[in-house]
Formats: sequence, C-alpha cells, structure tokens
Amino acid sequence: MNSTVVDVVPLILIGGLTTAGVYLLLERNLTRMLLGLLLVGNAVNLLILTVGGPAGNPPIRGRTSDGKTTTADPLAQGMVLTAIVISMGIAAFVLALTYRSYRLSREEDVANDPEDTRVSELSDMSAGAIDEDLVTHDPARDTDAPDELDALPGHEGSR
Amino acid sequence: MNPSLPSVLTPLPVLIPTLAAAVTLFAGRRPRLQRTIAVAALAAVVAVCAALVYLADRDGTIAVHVGGWGQSVPGMGPLGITLVVDRLSSLMLLVSAIVLLAVVFYAIGQGIRDGDERQPVSIFLPTYLVLSAGVCTAFLAGDLFNLFVGFEVLLSASFVLLTIGASTDRVRAGIAYVMVSMVSSLIFLIGLAMIYAATGTLNMAELSVRLEDIPSGTRGAMFAVMMVAFGIKAAVFPLSTWLPDSYPTAPAPVTAVFAGLLTKVGVYAIIRAHSLLFPGGALDDVLMVAALVTMLVGIFGAIAQSDIKRLLSFTLVSHIGYMVFGIAVGNQLGMSGAIYYVAHHIVVQTTLFLVVGLIERQAGASTLQRLGGLAAASPLLALVFFIPALNLGGIPPFSGFIGKVALLEAGTQDASVLAWTLVGGSVVTSLLTLYVMARVWTKAFWRARADAPEGNLADVSPSSLIDDSEEDIAHADRDDVGRMPVGMVAPTAGLIAVGLALTVFAGPIFAFSERAAAEVVDRGQYVSAVLRP
Repeated sequence: MNSTVVDVVPLILIGGLTTAGVYLLLERNLTRMLLGLLLVGNAVNLLILTVGGPAGNPPIRGRTSDGKTTTADPLAQGMVLTAIVISMGIAAFVLALTYRSYRLSREEDVANDPEDTRVSELSDMSAGAIDEDLVTHDPARDTDAPDELDALPGHEGSR
Repeated sequence: MNPSLPSVLTPLPVLIPTLAAAVTLFAGRRPRLQRTIAVAALAAVVAVCAALVYLADRDGTIAVHVGGWGQSVPGMGPLGITLVVDRLSSLMLLVSAIVLLAVVFYAIGQGIRDGDERQPVSIFLPTYLVLSAGVCTAFLAGDLFNLFVGFEVLLSASFVLLTIGASTDRVRAGIAYVMVSMVSSLIFLIGLAMIYAATGTLNMAELSVRLEDIPSGTRGAMFAVMMVAFGIKAAVFPLSTWLPDSYPTAPAPVTAVFAGLLTKVGVYAIIRAHSLLFPGGALDDVLMVAALVTMLVGIFGAIAQSDIKRLLSFTLVSHIGYMVFGIAVGNQLGMSGAIYYVAHHIVVQTTLFLVVGLIERQAGASTLQRLGGLAAASPLLALVFFIPALNLGGIPPFSGFIGKVALLEAGTQDASVLAWTLVGGSVVTSLLTLYVMARVWTKAFWRARADAPEGNLADVSPSSLIDDSEEDIAHADRDDVGRMPVGMVAPTAGLIAVGLALTVFAGPIFAFSERAAAEVVDRGQYVSAVLRP
C-alpha cells in the first residue's frame, strides 16, 4: 500500500469525526450532545495516535512484531489511554444528568436560562428599563390553569 | 540519595487532599470525623504551601521528577511527570490553599446549620478535596499533559459540586457547564497533539527550548489553539458566556470557591503559555482587545442583573479582563501587576460570594427585588459586605487599587494606542464596578425592605446544599430570620482579614510578585531547574 494513503486516511477520518461531532454538539438534545462529545473525543484520540508516529514494535525491550524495524511511541498511547478513561467517566456523568433531567422535566432538551430571558426582555422595553424595581411579571398571572381560562381576568398569559 | 526537604514538600499539596478524599469517602457515615479530616488536610496544605513560598523565594525554582524519572539521556527531556514550584506557582498555591481552607469552614458551618446531621451530604467533602487536589496539580504541573490531567480532575469534581442536590436549575446549569468545559478540554487536547507532533515532547521546560526552532506560523497556530482552550477556562470574552449561567445556581460555598479558583487556574495557564512556551507576544494585540472587551462587556452585564450572585459572576468575568490586560502588555510591570491582581482577586471574589451566602441566610433571598434594610437588620453583615465591595471597586487604599495602579502604570509604560485604550477602559470598568457595588449597597442595605417590590417574599431554603426547592414563602413566615451562624461569619471575616493583609503588607507582597514576574519573564531559571541532570 502506498504510504501517503496510509497517512491521509486517518486524517480524513479525524476530520469527518470532528465535523459530525461538532454538528451534534450544537443540538439542544442531550443525547445528541453526548454523542457529539464522544465523536469529537475519539477524533482527538485518533489525532494524538496519528501524531505519535507510525506503527512499530511494542515498546518493550526485546519484543518485535511483524518484522517492524522501529518502535512505536508509547507516550502517545499512554496519553490516549488517559483521555479515554476521562471521557468515559464524563460520559457516565452526562448520562446520569440526562436521566435526571428527564425525570425532572420529562424532556431532555436544554432549557434557556430564565434569568437570561428576563434580562433580554428588558431590552425590549422603553429606555431606563434596567431597574429591577420595575415589576416585569406578575407571579399571579403565571398560572397553570387550563387554556379556556386564558380569557378571564387574572388568568392571561398561561402560554 | 537522601531526599531534600523541597522534593518532599512539593508533591504534598496534591497528595494530602487526594488521600484525605479517599479517607473521607470511607468515613461518609461519620460526619464529624469527615469534617475533622477535611479541615486537618486543608490546614496541612496551607502550611506546606507557605513553606513552599518561602523555599521558592529563597532557593529559586524547585523541580521534582516524580519517581526519579528525570533526564536520563542527554538531549532528551525528562521522561516522567515533573512538578515545578517557582515563585508564581507557590504564590498561587498559597492563596488557593487559604481560600480552600476558609471555604471548607464556611461549608461546614452552613452544613451544620442546615441539619447535616440528619441528612449527611456525604459526598460533598470528598469531592471538595478532589477539587483541591486538581487545583494544586494544575499549579504544580511541569508538563502540559499533567496540566491537562489537573484540569480534568478539578473539572470532574466541579461537575459534581455544581449539580449537588440535582434540582431542575442545577441540572440545567450543570449540563451547559459540563458541555462547555469538555469542549475546552478537547480543544486543549488538540493543541497538545499539535505541540507533540511538532516537538515530540510535552515537558514545558523542554518545550520552551524546542519551540524556538519551530517556524513562527506553526508556533502561532499552536499558541492560538491553546489560548482558545485556556480562554474558555478563564472566561475571557467571547468565551465567557457559560460562566454567569452556571455559577449562580450552585450553593454559596461552591460558587465562592469556583469563582475564586477555577478561572484563575485558566489565567495561570495563560501566563505560562504566554511567557514560558510562546514568548515574543505573537498574540498580544488580540489579547489586549479581548481584555478590553472582557472588562466592558462583563461590567455592562453586571449592571443589568438583579440577582447578586449573577451580578458578581459578571464582575468576575469583567475583572478577568484586568489580568489578561497585565499579561498582554507583556512588560515585567504588567506581569507583576497581573500576578498581584490574581492573588487579590481570588481572595476578594471568594469573600463576596461568601457574603452573598450570608445575605441569603439573613434575608432569605439574593435578588435585589426582594432585599432591603440589611444595614439596619445586621450592621455586621453590612460591614463584611462593605469592605470587600470597596476592595473590588478599587478604592484606595485597598489591594484592588494597588493592583489596578500597577496595571495602569504598565499600560502607560507600553504607550501604544491599544495600551492607552486599555488604560481608559480599565478606569471606566473600575468606576462601573463601583457603581454596581453602590447599587447593591443602596438597594439591599440602605432602603427599607418594604420598598423592595417583592420584599414580602423569601425563598424557602436559600442556597442550601441539598434541598433546593424553588418555593417562595412570605418573609414574615421564615422561622430563622436573621440568624447567621458563627461558623459562616468567622471564615468570611477571616478572608476579609486576608484581603486586608494583602493591602497592609502590599510592599513585601508586591515585591514578591515583582520577583515572580521577573522569574516568569526570564524563563532561564525555570528551564535550567527542570533540565538540570
């Protein structure tokens, strides 16, 4: 096999994995974000392995493999191993968070920060609006009442 | 070979918290024992770090090759993990250790008050100790991969601490925080891979020698990737938006320690990358612009907030800009100003977040819509807020003023248009910080509670470790109004004292940070200490 092909294939693979991973990371769905994280993580692991040099003998004195003349770089493999362990732990934690989020809200999409929403609504109001003493919402109107009550006074705005 | 004292002391800031974390985990059912171990361990770390500051200042850079895997073959870098203590890292270690100790006292005080005995949060202290170990690892790391591991250790611990109790809010904030942190770690790894491909080593001292032979374009690319990774961790605008979203939802002691330490670890990494690995200031203009925008955007964000915790998170982002300013100016005065400012900011920002925890105890809320009359209700609370608030705003004679003056002087020394713009921007930011603090003061402390729009309401369980219910009750119905446990007030007062000590002993401390900056800019000592056969 041509050696340049061998060099290029992992790089294309890394690019592809990263692209797919970034695409998934930009989703709001937690499971997809986790998958994206794992894809990018694996792309980076592959990158470290690739930059560690060509395949070779195991880095143990006196061992040879497949008639290779050089020894493989053990440091790159050590680093990849560490990175894999870390990403496994984090993946488990994110799965736990996803499950918890599902239990709490019956959905696994990441919600907006309510405080952010409040502040950005301030910018729509007239000048001098940056004053928290202005009551921006009336808690009494934030009801979970059925929709048909919407028209009644004091029940507006459940949606 | 007889091990010397420095080589015994150097690994201890990592080892003690790690071992203590394991032991406290086993002691999970015995809260009293758990607390004793945690406090003893962190107190021991403070003592060790103080000794390291003294030794690093007296004898110069200390390098320890763990397991004896030093430089065995001439021309090859050290093979194993290298821990390095110079003046900069020892100062960072000492300040962090003091903050960690104060916050653990505070958390224990709050825990006892909240009825830990009935519902022990048995994972809090072990996780907290792991976080401490991670912070210390990052400050001690002599090679980039070890720095990465330190980051991961502290991040993993911070994920758990941020989502402790797993209420809706904390899960939402936690998800964003985990994702952003992991992306920054992956970018860091990509940078590591690039550097390893170009040089074949990750030891920082060895790198600083080898990177000089790399073409400047390649070097610039590697530097930029590293800056993006560290910029996310340090919350430099435009990479800072995750911070005010995630920090305020955590319980007060957790937010305090995050705000004090985690971003500063990022700043420390920026200092190292900027001066040790990639000297020459290739990205200084970019960093200066980033510093300016970070300051301004951060403080404008703070003006728009009504929740004090979120407001402080924005001032945190804003003041990261000062440190980046000092680094980017690139002269020695700028670096020493940045180092002094980091030490000052760790202490003052942590103190302020602890004070917010006290405000929540006292008034049952942390949003300005519900606060008022605190100065009359508790003059002590007013005092412990007032001092660090003025300090953050940079009022003379406090340490914030000293740090800012040094930075401004460095900017005028540099005298480029960009530097002058930065000087102007930082003065404006300082004034706006004062405005924000004055706003909190007039609303929360000065006016009557009856004047607050929602003053009649209070949170059921403000910022406790476990039970984070979002219910509101009438302020009058709270059964423990006005009780700030001594266990929480004392550590806060202690940190204020540390902040004042930074002011009173500003002469020797600033002289120390000048020596640290000289050492950082010079590089020679660091490299020769590590590469000595």
